[in-house]
Amino acid sequence: MKTRLNFSGVMFWLGMAFLYLPMLSLIIYSFNESRLVTVWAGWSTKWYGELFRDEGLMNAVWRSLEVAFWSANAAVVLGVLASVALTRFGRFRGRSMLHSLVAAPLVMPDVIIGLSLLLLFVSMTDLIGWPQQRGLLTIWIAHATFCTAYATVVISSRLKELDRSYLEAAMDLGATPAKAFVQVTLPIIMPALVSAWLLSFTLSLDDVVIASFVSGPGATTLPIEVFSSVRLGVSPKINALATLIILLVSLVTLVVWWLSRRKLKRAK
Amino acid sequence: MIEPSLARDSVDNHFLQIQSIVKTYDDVVAVNDVSLDIAKGDIFALLGASGSGKSTLLRMLAGFEIPNSGKIVLDGEDIVPLPPYRRPINMMFQSYALFPHMTVEQNIAYGLKQDRMPKAMISDKVMEMLRLVHMEKYAKRKPDQLSGGQRQRVALARSLAKSPKLLLLDEPMGALDKKLRSRMQLEVVDIIERVGVTCVMVTHDQEEAMTMANRIAIMEEGRIVQAGSPRDIYEAPNSLEAAEFIGSMNLFHGVIAVDAEDHAIIESDEVNAKLYVSYGVTTAIEDKQVVFAVRPEKTKISRQQPQAAHNWCRGKVHDIAYLGGHSVYHIRLDNGKILYSFMVNSDRFADLPTWEEDIYVYWSDDSGLVLRP
Repeated sequence: MKTRLNFSGVMFWLGMAFLYLPMLSLIIYSFNESRLVTVWAGWSTKWYGELFRDEGLMNAVWRSLEVAFWSANAAVVLGVLASVALTRFGRFRGRSMLHSLVAAPLVMPDVIIGLSLLLLFVSMTDLIGWPQQRGLLTIWIAHATFCTAYATVVISSRLKELDRSYLEAAMDLGATPAKAFVQVTLPIIMPALVSAWLLSFTLSLDDVVIASFVSGPGATTLPIEVFSSVRLGVSPKINALATLIILLVSLVTLVVWWLSRRKLKRAK
Repeated sequence: MIEPSLARDSVDNHFLQIQSIVKTYDDVVAVNDVSLDIAKGDIFALLGASGSGKSTLLRMLAGFEIPNSGKIVLDGEDIVPLPPYRRPINMMFQSYALFPHMTVEQNIAYGLKQDRMPKAMISDKVMEMLRLVHMEKYAKRKPDQLSGGQRQRVALARSLAKSPKLLLLDEPMGALDKKLRSRMQLEVVDIIERVGVTCVMVTHDQEEAMTMANRIAIMEEGRIVQAGSPRDIYEAPNSLEAAEFIGSMNLFHGVIAVDAEDHAIIESDEVNAKLYVSYGVTTAIEDKQVVFAVRPEKTKISRQQPQAAHNWCRGKVHDIAYLGGHSVYHIRLDNGKILYSFMVNSDRFADLPTWEEDIYVYWSDDSGLVLRP
């Protein structure tokens, strides 16, 4: 059967190529024998071995995952608290100010967030002697700060549309407000919490600008490591690492898609 | 000898006392000095349009709103200071508010778990409730796998599981389609009566209120217009508001001409004959303006002029709405006023008056009512 190429078909494939061709070339070049990224010298998996032997890079990977994990946790907890305040406490004094303050990091350039946090940490060290030095802790605080903004947007939009009567029904049946929130509201908004967590995790894992402002000695995260090593000349190891990350992300996406499809089918 | 039972009787008749409740939001008065006595075992309906304050009153009973002033006494105890989770009251929500992440079983057990009831007792009680609402087969289902009627039964079972002293129903049939509604109305009443729980419901649907409740209070603008049995409210409305709210009514403005002990005669420009009511009307001499009211199903239609001296008028058939069981005649009087008359279609093909025919409408002496304008 001959498929006729029409205008929208061509545009579709052009768009797909624009999005995925760079990744495809990256994956192919990660199997390159040559140590020069741009010269093809035959198939090999030696850079994967090199990658796992490179302690500095592997440490950066774990460090980044750790920071992202704890940043996402903090962002979701703070996001839930902020969302409850914004959506459930009615029109209290300073509500709109809280709303804009929480959302500010969404529109603030990363450079400014990073710089202002750096200035804050420096003057805090001068004033109260804490944090003693910049490192993972300060990166975690910085990431939790801006991830909270995204988490709050995701969680509060779900909480806003949630029927109040769920909480009221739980209280009517004898649960105190706190108990009702934990036993009824949280489980119902769980999908929003999960997406807020994943979003925060990704943002933290991805961030290079803010982290480079507030990181200190021995606290190099993966993006910073990659960024600085690229400046010295791209090593095919980075390609191998990127390929692994792409593989991981695709796997996670696939599993999520499969789970949600199964749930949808079961609901029918 | 008689006294103890009298005392019990008076507690039962005043099982739930709502005393001078006022609720305002900013400067809007939602509930304006409402007092009601509800007897034990009553199914009591608060009937009103949206914004009449009926839902606010119900939410104050549940504890979600706090009245500005007044008392709510349930079984001898003032419950206003109690938070919702300490009141012996359960509510079935309009949206049912079944917890979507729990199964039917877990939903029903939720309230019992809050009371720290032993596990074995909880599962017994849940089974009892499932049997009561005929949902044993669906115990393991999630709410989104149930139909509308099934969800309602689960919601009812959940609100009855804790054996509350008072059951609240918020627009119980609001989420169901029309056909299911009339079936569930009877089923819900059947279950409530079997359990014997006192029940207060809120509805805007008068048919629903009359089907389900044994007492009704009509609410308008935060006040109780009239409270009584469905029959009282329909046949003996105490005001123009109550008369117009339930069913339809033909109204004639007039002046009292004769005011005797056992009857009254009213003169009105709007009808051809004088209007007669077979009961005494107490009137102040300076205030003789009244409204005469007669329900459409109490009027009859004839081609001949009635012989009676009272209670008839002449008109033309303006429109006929044929509804199968009965027809609604719209009759235009000489002065342009439209009168409604129901005619039961007891014969399949009778020779009935048709469009633009000259006819007479008449009614018996005890059909009419005198109301204050």
